[in-house]
Amino acid sequence: MIDHVEVRAGHYADSVTLMQVSNEVARIDGVDAAIVAMATELNRELLLGMGFVIDGAGPDDLVVAIRAADDQVVGAALAALAAAMSPPSATPSGPSDVRPRTVSQAADPSRRLALISVPGEHAFVEAIDALEAGLDVMLFSDNVPVAQEVVLKERAAALGGLVMGPDAGTALVAGVGLGFANVVRPGPVGVVAASGTGAQLLTCLLDAAGVGVSHVLGVGGRDVTEAVGGVSTLRALELLAADPGTQHIVVLAKPPAPGVADRIAQTAGRMSTPVTLALLGEGRPDLTQRAAEVVRAVGGQVPSEWPTWGVRPAPGPAGRLVGLFSGGTLCAEATLVADASLDGVRANVVVEERRRVQGLGPLDGHVLIDLGEDEFTRGRPHPMIDQRLRLDRIRAEASTARVLLLDVVLGHAAHPDPAAELAPVLEEVLRDAASEGRPLDVVISLCGSRGDPQGLERQAERLVAAGAFVALSNAEAARCAVAIAGGAG
Amino acid sequence: MSDTPVRSTMLLDGAPGVVTAGVELLSASLIAQGVDVTPVDWRPPVEGTAAALARIAADPRRAEANRTAVERIVTAEPHWVGMTTAREALGLERGQFLHAGPPIDWERASGPLRGALIGAMLLEGLADTPEQAESIAARGGVELAPCHHHRAVGPMAGVVSPSMPMFVIENLAHGNRAHATLNEGLGKVLRYGAFGPEVIERLRWMADVLAPAMAAAIADLGTLDLRAMVTQALQMGDELHNRNRAASALFVRAIVPSLLEAGLDPKDVADVVRFINGNEHFFLNLGMPAAKAATDAARDLPGSSVVVAMARNGTDFGIQLAGTGDRWFTGPAQVPSGLLFSGFTEADANPDIGDSTIMETSGVGGFAMAAAPAIVGFIGGRASDALRATRSMYGITLGEHPHHRIPILEFRGSPVGIDATRVVRTGVLPAVNTGIAGRIAGTGQVGAGLVTPPLEAFRDAVLALAELAPPLGGGSPA
Repeated sequence: MIDHVEVRAGHYADSVTLMQVSNEVARIDGVDAAIVAMATELNRELLLGMGFVIDGAGPDDLVVAIRAADDQVVGAALAALAAAMSPPSATPSGPSDVRPRTVSQAADPSRRLALISVPGEHAFVEAIDALEAGLDVMLFSDNVPVAQEVVLKERAAALGGLVMGPDAGTALVAGVGLGFANVVRPGPVGVVAASGTGAQLLTCLLDAAGVGVSHVLGVGGRDVTEAVGGVSTLRALELLAADPGTQHIVVLAKPPAPGVADRIAQTAGRMSTPVTLALLGEGRPDLTQRAAEVVRAVGGQVPSEWPTWGVRPAPGPAGRLVGLFSGGTLCAEATLVADASLDGVRANVVVEERRRVQGLGPLDGHVLIDLGEDEFTRGRPHPMIDQRLRLDRIRAEASTARVLLLDVVLGHAAHPDPAAELAPVLEEVLRDAASEGRPLDVVISLCGSRGDPQGLERQAERLVAAGAFVALSNAEAARCAVAIAGGAG
Repeated sequence: MSDTPVRSTMLLDGAPGVVTAGVELLSASLIAQGVDVTPVDWRPPVEGTAAALARIAADPRRAEANRTAVERIVTAEPHWVGMTTAREALGLERGQFLHAGPPIDWERASGPLRGALIGAMLLEGLADTPEQAESIAARGGVELAPCHHHRAVGPMAGVVSPSMPMFVIENLAHGNRAHATLNEGLGKVLRYGAFGPEVIERLRWMADVLAPAMAAAIADLGTLDLRAMVTQALQMGDELHNRNRAASALFVRAIVPSLLEAGLDPKDVADVVRFINGNEHFFLNLGMPAAKAATDAARDLPGSSVVVAMARNGTDFGIQLAGTGDRWFTGPAQVPSGLLFSGFTEADANPDIGDSTIMETSGVGGFAMAAAPAIVGFIGGRASDALRATRSMYGITLGEHPHHRIPILEFRGSPVGIDATRVVRTGVLPAVNTGIAGRIAGTGQVGAGLVTPPLEAFRDAVLALAELAPPLGGGSPA
């Protein structure tokens, strides 16, 4: 038997608590006696009577006295003491009418992720707060300065956390869609996406081909730039590589800065999970070709034709192509398709400076606009949620357009019934064109899955009923529209 | 980057519990999917602070500096170690006076502060009549400085003159000291701006009888552990700012045996004990320097946004941060709202005054309101208001006190370490309990209640702290 006696000066706890603590400690195997008490005169006498020797302790001091078989038991007893005396880790019981005002205030051990969508100028502060509170972050907010993104991701790396974004519209974590995400079947493909709508289209195409998805980790469009250095892409790759449910990884991004590309290749090369590096851009395979590649890689069957709805319009007289998009990557892909066949295509994405359009001033010629760009979303909901801006634009452009190319994105967080809003306007402009004897066609790239809450078939049917041709493959829709704009022969 | 990968790999291990801040649609979409969501009641920060908050958030020193600040506050071991005078301990000379709150001159001083200065001048023999004192002070014949600049704190007017006896509090953990005068009791007293003959007479008795008795007691005790006393008092229904009844009783219990054995005149001992027993706020003047000894240990930590002092002079409410040195950031002191003693109205109340907000700064007072349901009358009358007050303070503080526990909250530590950036981000202001002084010098206490610190003090502090942080790089919104 050995005695362990220590005086913790100035540590106060009430006697009821200390009796409970003493009992906890005494319950340890090999503990013969244990008293944890304030060193009041009474308690000092009690301890003395039990043969414990204490010096220089007063009623404001806590005495720990343990008699145990050996040092090891004393260690176990002290650990039990620490556990019994530590403050409760759970939040206090009973209803609380205090709602958290910051992310860290809301964080507790049952939370793993913060989904932050506050205005861009405030997003960085909340995101840092979340990381420091032990949460991973999905940063939906846009308009976040790149210098803040760099600091945020450095901090995440130091803390072992993941930052998805800023401007990450899409993620799918263990079946939960965060932001704009489609309801796709679970399966072996994990996606690291620097492009939100790109990931949505890819997963919808995979779903249509019968291939499921494990997780989609968005990283934000700027992650693979030189400045940011691909920090989140690399982290997401590591996470997916360690995930037993992921058997194939797709990295979806614009071509990274050279140094970043090397790092991604190195990390991918170290991993046992195969990686498809699906880079988007001029002269590279489109998303539909990428989807087919992935389907083949996991042993699936590539459909001979991707789903379409309605009658494919036949090219007639040539005319203006007007593309009005809510998905940035969908707009970029369509612009590349258009650029390959049509002259003088202008856009607010992808194209070089002199062909770039800004704002929504009067337009002519072939033009494709991503209405989800930062300039249109400051103080306004995203066009996937609120189509008003686009509906106005459709009405304005239809009188001079030969073909309207539109995307409709379904899934979580998107408009609950976009076709119901869009169809009447399409009917209106098509009717006006017909009454004036102008040729006008509408082609729609429908990004959705059969599981989406809006109902893929129902949406497609409503759009077809309004007079549109609908395709699941964005590239196919774009080629169809470009052919119409180019004219027959 | 893969030093601590464990945390994030958990992200993919099943449906995550999610905290959301921002667009409600995104929370709704998660809830529709059956996800366990905690939505943040997010709102934009105080106007004009977004860039400053970002710069502070990015400051690589901040997290560690704030951790250190909270650590220093909660590990402080304030003990009462002796008695002194302001002349002896603080070097205060004839014609020099300390006061509560941030710096102020006679011209801007409110009624209670002027009254207390007049009283102190009479006490020190600088003037024979109140009128004479007033005219000397009005033409700049006295030198004023904040208590906080001289390792001291004072309740209400907080006026300290050279001959006044003071408690010496030493923070045994960090070695720094803090001082406060002895509490005079309620009614017509100097700290509320009274300067009549009975006030001066009482102050003389305190110097001649009370202080020597205290000196004898502490000489016998050696030291008295004030942290332990605060800890116990919190479990006995005190919040240590507006209620000090338990702490004062514990104090008497601790010193009486020493007083009885000190060989003092039994009549004096009886007077001393009676005096303390008649003043349930006697402990406040020990609690305040104990709190200052704790928060002073957190001063001068570059990058830290932790508040180390909140104090009012009856005109301005000022705060200081660990990361901004001795600078004060001020806004107009508000008139407290609460219960007024019978016979008084709002019109009789002076704007907020006193260094006693050091209690809230150290995590008790209004922050520990949940521990003191007996005095909820001051803040609206319902025990649930007391719980809400404390719970909401966890949102603007960085730590929980390991010793100062609150029974009704399952012995959760009291919220401690006010983060000025969180105040500015949330708009939630520190909950401050306070006594209410009469507006006219010499009226005394007219009530007690809650006061709202001015948000601009926190805003200015945050803007100044940001100036001291390294710039974030030349990025503009892309």
